[in-house]
Amino acid sequence: MYVHVPAAWLGMAGWAGIAAASIAQLVWRHPLAAVAGRALAPAGATFAAVCLLTGSIWGRPTWGTWWEWDGRLTSMLILFFLYLGYIALAGAEKERGGEGRLAALFGLVGAINLPIIHYSVLWWRTLHQGQSIGVQGSSIDASILWPLPLSALGFTALFGAAVLMRMRAELAEAKVEARMRRAASE
Amino acid sequence: MSHWAFVTAAYAVVLVATAGLLSWAYLTMRKAEAAAAGLKRAE
Repeated sequence: MYVHVPAAWLGMAGWAGIAAASIAQLVWRHPLAAVAGRALAPAGATFAAVCLLTGSIWGRPTWGTWWEWDGRLTSMLILFFLYLGYIALAGAEKERGGEGRLAALFGLVGAINLPIIHYSVLWWRTLHQGQSIGVQGSSIDASILWPLPLSALGFTALFGAAVLMRMRAELAEAKVEARMRRAASE
Repeated sequence: MSHWAFVTAAYAVVLVATAGLLSWAYLTMRKAEAAAAGLKRAE
C-alpha cells in the first residue's frame, strides 16, 4: 500500500501534468510547455510501471493471479502505453524540429483515460477493490493509514526532482542545439 | 512461499525503478549542461 498507491497517484498526476502542459502549449504557446511535457513523461511512465508491477506482485499471493483483465488494471496498463506513445511522439517531433503540437494533442486526448482509471472500480466491479480513500474519509484503519501521506510526499519529492532534472537537461540540450545551428550558419 | 518474498520483491522493484529514474535524469542533466558549458567556453 505504501508504494503501490503513491505510484498510482503519481502515474496519474504525471499525465494530468502533461495535459496541463498541452493546454499551455496549444492555447498560450508557452515556451516551457513542451519541455515540461517531455520531462514529465519518463517519470510518469516509471511510476505507472511501478504501480503495475507492485500491484501484480501483490495480486499473486492475494488474488492468486499475477494479472487479470480487470477495469482498473487494464486502464492503468493503457496509461503506461500512452506514456510510451507520448515519449516516442514527442521525441520524434523534437528531432524533426517541430513545436510539439502533435504530442500536445496526444497529451490532451490521452487525459480521457484519467477519469476512466479513477471510476473503473465503480463502473466495472471485477477484481480490484473499490476506493479505500475518498474526500469524506477512509475505510483503512488510522493505525496503518498514517504512513501513506508521508510515503506519498516522499515519492512526490522524488518525482519532482526527476522532472526538474529532465527540464534542466532539455533546456541545456536546446541551448547546445541553438549554438550549433548559429555556428553552422556563420 | 512466505508473503515476505512478495513484499521484498515489491520494494526491490520500487528501489530499482526510482534509483534508475533519478540516476538517468541526473546523468543526462549533467551531460547536457557540460556540453552547453563546453560550447559556451569554445565561443
